Amino acid sequence: MKVKGTAHRVGDHIDTDAIIPARFLVTTDPEELGANCMEGHEEGWGKRLKKNDVIVAGENFGCGSSREHAPISILGAGVPVVVAKSFARIFYRNGFNMGLVLLEVGEEIDKIGDTHEIEVDVVVGEIRNLTTDETIKCAPVPPFMQEILNAGGLVSYAKKKLS
Amino acid sequence: MPQTLAEKILQKHTDQEVSGAGQIVQCRVSMALANDITAPLAIKSFRAMGAKQVFDKDKVSLVCDHFTPNKDIESAEQVKVVRDFAQEMGITHYYECGEVGVEHALLPEKGIVGPGDIVVGADSHTCTYGGLGAFATGMGSTDIAGAMALGETWFKVPPTIKVEIEGKPREHVGAKDYMLNLIGRIGVAGGLYKALEFSGGAVDDLSIEGRMTMANMAIEAGGKVGLFASDAKTLEYTRNAGRSGDETLAADAGAEYDRVVKIDVSDMEPQIACPHLPDNVKPVQETEGLQIHQAVVGSCTNGRIEDMREAAAILKGRKVNPKVRCIILPATPTIWKMCLQEGLMEIFMEAGCIVGPPTCGPCLGGHMGILAGGERAIATTNRNFRGRMGSLESEVYLSNPAVAAASAVAGEIINPAKL
Repeated sequence: MKVKGTAHRVGDHIDTDAIIPARFLVTTDPEELGANCMEGHEEGWGKRLKKNDVIVAGENFGCGSSREHAPISILGAGVPVVVAKSFARIFYRNGFNMGLVLLEVGEEIDKIGDTHEIEVDVVVGEIRNLTTDETIKCAPVPPFMQEILNAGGLVSYAKKKLS
Repeated sequence: MPQTLAEKILQKHTDQEVSGAGQIVQCRVSMALANDITAPLAIKSFRAMGAKQVFDKDKVSLVCDHFTPNKDIESAEQVKVVRDFAQEMGITHYYECGEVGVEHALLPEKGIVGPGDIVVGADSHTCTYGGLGAFATGMGSTDIAGAMALGETWFKVPPTIKVEIEGKPREHVGAKDYMLNLIGRIGVAGGLYKALEFSGGAVDDLSIEGRMTMANMAIEAGGKVGLFASDAKTLEYTRNAGRSGDETLAADAGAEYDRVVKIDVSDMEPQIACPHLPDNVKPVQETEGLQIHQAVVGSCTNGRIEDMREAAAILKGRKVNPKVRCIILPATPTIWKMCLQEGLMEIFMEAGCIVGPPTCGPCLGGHMGILAGGERAIATTNRNFRGRMGSLESEVYLSNPAVAAASAVAGEIINPAKL
């Protein structure tokens, strides 16, 4: 899977209340949640997100609550990939379970600037910055999580186990 | 090989040999939990998995505590989904209406969780039960759906940070201050993917409630779990909650730790986490004089009877500043009743507090105490993210119950010792 889109930079410790504030947690609908994505970060910020764009974040992205509505709202806003210096633990599991691709790149994150055009190769684990013509290698997805991804997410994984 | 507390508990629930940090282990769960916000999504995933029955109707808890009493049509609809599911599955531990309390205060009180258990919850503050010596951690709804269907889940064995807390605290300093101090030291990502294991004289001296206050905020340091050994105090607590057969449990001597953090609480001032992250921690004197508009005493962090007593001791014979809304939310119906029987309710009402039902309510900006732009709150809750309690232009300062109550009286943040 390859994703090509515009990078949208945010800082460190973007919490789940920033991604989707609690007042929007009265639905489980991806489109409704997507319409309010990042409303707690900055009002109207989510409007800049177009289909296949990528959120590029600093340290500890997705810290705070366990709400799965957070990755769902990001996917609902059309963003299939988040690239970060690091992710919060619960968010990391949730992302994979929901089919949101999360790539942890450490310090190299600063090679991607706001509005840069980037291309993410999820399978190879590589990000090409088309604006600066630089390439960033990503840490591979842990083997066990790869297994869940290969099964088509946790729902399909559990389905197989149950049958 | 000597094991940390986290490794020991995981070992009890898996047939694999737990060999150390980084290993993936498949474990049986003692309890799977979800609430009115996260259960509807879990139920959706549960159905999509093709599951027909929960793995054990006594080992799933559904607690409709976040928007209770249901704040609007949408939240009422969500609770309806959870209620219907609970009925269909014959779930033993389903709570709403007059029986509901804030989940992490309610489950320990009812003896539903205990030492040595593995508890997974679709709520990040599930780590609270670490105060009882349970390996308890938050996950997303789909992970919980998997646990509800299969009765097991996977964990990456976490490296452990050992936190040694020593010394005798001053008056108005306690568990909340120890924890804020630690988060201030190691940062909101300082415990990322790791277990925190608490020990030392000051920890031994804490009540089980105080230990739960600390374990509750392990997630605020990014931690997977916040663990306390279970000792005689723990067993007395769980026995009173109606459990039997619980055992003491501690880390092995010589277990390997990622790092050790030592804290001496002897000279510690009450601690305040300033906006907009829980690691922006300062001693109270550095925040004194800041005008507040709201004070909240409650939540899964500090809504237990000890917290109510601590707030009442300050409020007794005093009046809340007329410019401040002082909201008191006992975390469970039992705590509410104890407040009534012990005369705390009269103290709160005489002081001019607003006493509400058990609910998560304002902690997450749900309802029952939302902040307007430009308003500032002091709260005994656990998060002060931007906009957490309402407007993006509002501010939340986190403190212990005595500081919150004293500040409500003063109309500004103050050390209770100066009241």
